[in-house]
Amino acid sequence: MDFRFTEDEQMIIDAVKELCDEEFRGRASEVDEAGEYPWDNIELLREMDLFGIPADEQHGGLGMGFLLWGVVGEMLSTACTTTGAVFGAHMLAEYPIMAFGNEEQIDKYLPPLTTGESIGAFGLTEPNAGSDAGAVATRAELRGDRYILNGTKIFITNGGDAEIYVIIANLDPSRGTRGLTAFIVEKGMPGFEFGKDEEKMAYSALSNRELIFQDCEVPVENALHKPGRGFRVALDTLGVGRIGMAVGAVGLAQAAFEAAVLYAQQREQFGQKIAEFQAIQFKLADMATVIEAARLLSYKASWLKDQGEPFDKEAAFAKVFASEMASRVCADAVQIHGGVGYTRDFPVERYMREAKLFEIVEGTSEIQRGIIANRILREYRV
Amino acid sequence: MNIIVCIKQVPDTSEVRIDPETNTIIREGVPSIINPFDENAIEEAVGLVEEHGGKVTVISMGPPQAEAALREALAMGADEAILVSDRCFAASDTLATSYVLSTAIRTIGDYDLIFCGKQAFDGDTAQVPPGIAEQLGIPQVTFAIGLEIDGRKLRVRRMLESEFEVVEVRTPALVSVVKQINEPRRPGIKAKLAAKKKDVTMWDSTCLDVEACLCGLDGSPTRVVRTFAPSREIQGEKFEGEPGECAVAVVERLIGEKII
Repeated sequence: MDFRFTEDEQMIIDAVKELCDEEFRGRASEVDEAGEYPWDNIELLREMDLFGIPADEQHGGLGMGFLLWGVVGEMLSTACTTTGAVFGAHMLAEYPIMAFGNEEQIDKYLPPLTTGESIGAFGLTEPNAGSDAGAVATRAELRGDRYILNGTKIFITNGGDAEIYVIIANLDPSRGTRGLTAFIVEKGMPGFEFGKDEEKMAYSALSNRELIFQDCEVPVENALHKPGRGFRVALDTLGVGRIGMAVGAVGLAQAAFEAAVLYAQQREQFGQKIAEFQAIQFKLADMATVIEAARLLSYKASWLKDQGEPFDKEAAFAKVFASEMASRVCADAVQIHGGVGYTRDFPVERYMREAKLFEIVEGTSEIQRGIIANRILREYRV
Repeated sequence: MNIIVCIKQVPDTSEVRIDPETNTIIREGVPSIINPFDENAIEEAVGLVEEHGGKVTVISMGPPQAEAALREALAMGADEAILVSDRCFAASDTLATSYVLSTAIRTIGDYDLIFCGKQAFDGDTAQVPPGIAEQLGIPQVTFAIGLEIDGRKLRVRRMLESEFEVVEVRTPALVSVVKQINEPRRPGIKAKLAAKKKDVTMWDSTCLDVEACLCGLDGSPTRVVRTFAPSREIQGEKFEGEPGECAVAVVERLIGEKII
């Protein structure tokens, strides 16, 4: 087992570190307070060719893997969680097109996503469907050379700002999940509008909008994979999404840890730095330990993905552990900061609010445990 | 238009520490970077070639590890890179360095412009660019903050200490640039990966028509007598009392020190 990155991977990691240190880290609070979608940061990610890490070179990608994609996502999340979230959600459109698209679809839609010329988004969640994907109520009907979509998606990250959407709709509700079909929908297609942009507990600069389909006309060639195979597309995409969420949580926890470990060595009480108290030291030691554990779980899941092996159980391990870890670590970082940690003058209160997202989005902790339980009971069936 | 850019690999000064015991630079573990002003020179050259066509050749004299700086320049858009490296070039001062680099530039031959950063971050002499121009017998314009090209006529805006100066020269010419001339691009990952695969030409003393006595220590009249960190023990002096009395005391003191 080799934990080292290849020379090329290391070079990319170094370049991303420089980008994060010089451009993202210092402005993260500003981006959040401004509450505007971070186009400046997106432009920098484009210039650095970071939107197509796992895609092949002929289609504008770097031809690397999901391991590197995850590491970059983690670094972005440490520097600026909002930018990390945009980067992660973008892959939820790029990946299904890359994995399930036919030649024409890949030629048409993959290059603008890998170069970041167009931002991507993935639409599964609805008011009554999310964890329960089979309950998707957005309908698709074939009429001549078009599919007609009707329904509403909610909470869609990058919604409204993205140009290219992968949308899960149901062609035949009587067949449940077997009626689900994935469609590539472009912003501006007739009958495709945007609704409410959610006001959230955190991530004010991240768009999470309603997508409204009213007799939206989608060309027949934009059905992704086979009709009725949308559940498979959604599950696979969510698997990648879980890796994205796991590394995002690791990155956020790392930011909280770094803030705490620096603050603890500056703050004095009872005549000494609080980092000299064992109560604080043990807290910091535990934070560093669980962050590393979550990081390795995440890397293992993405490594399996890159090997072409099943990774859904490992992605669920990583997602549930990393997200709950991040909530704990961010809360501890606030605790170490004491009173000032509860104020807006320090970023840790924001980290604590941001952390909660990871336990909910892309399959709640409960759904992850369900996936894990399902797998292990099958593996150990008596 | 063919442009040659001379670059130097220097220690990243933002990460340099001074050993308080010996007063020397701690070089271990300090990453090496392209001299920041040279990045402006590369950017200016690449920008001009993008606009007018031609070729950018980047050249550096230094130890073998300076190849990394050349690859970074290739990632920024330079077309070719040459590393001039030989043990006998080691310990060259600015005169010997100018001599070796000008010899290498003659070997490259066809060029319209030579760009350099105004000075290196480590040595800070600003002597090599004028040295190269003198050795080649071409006009030099230092501290350029902007330039316009019209055929063989080059109009350069120079940034001096308290004013700007506009001069015109005919190419071929050497121009050294200040950092305000442009914002160097940050190469993307694809350019970095492509640069790794490009060839960096290696030239040692046998590839160049150099005289050994003009290279390295033998060719360097500069003698470094001692290196030391500037003293930091400057202490302020506090004048106490009524403001009027203090003012008188300060003035007397300044006159006494022959400052006013």
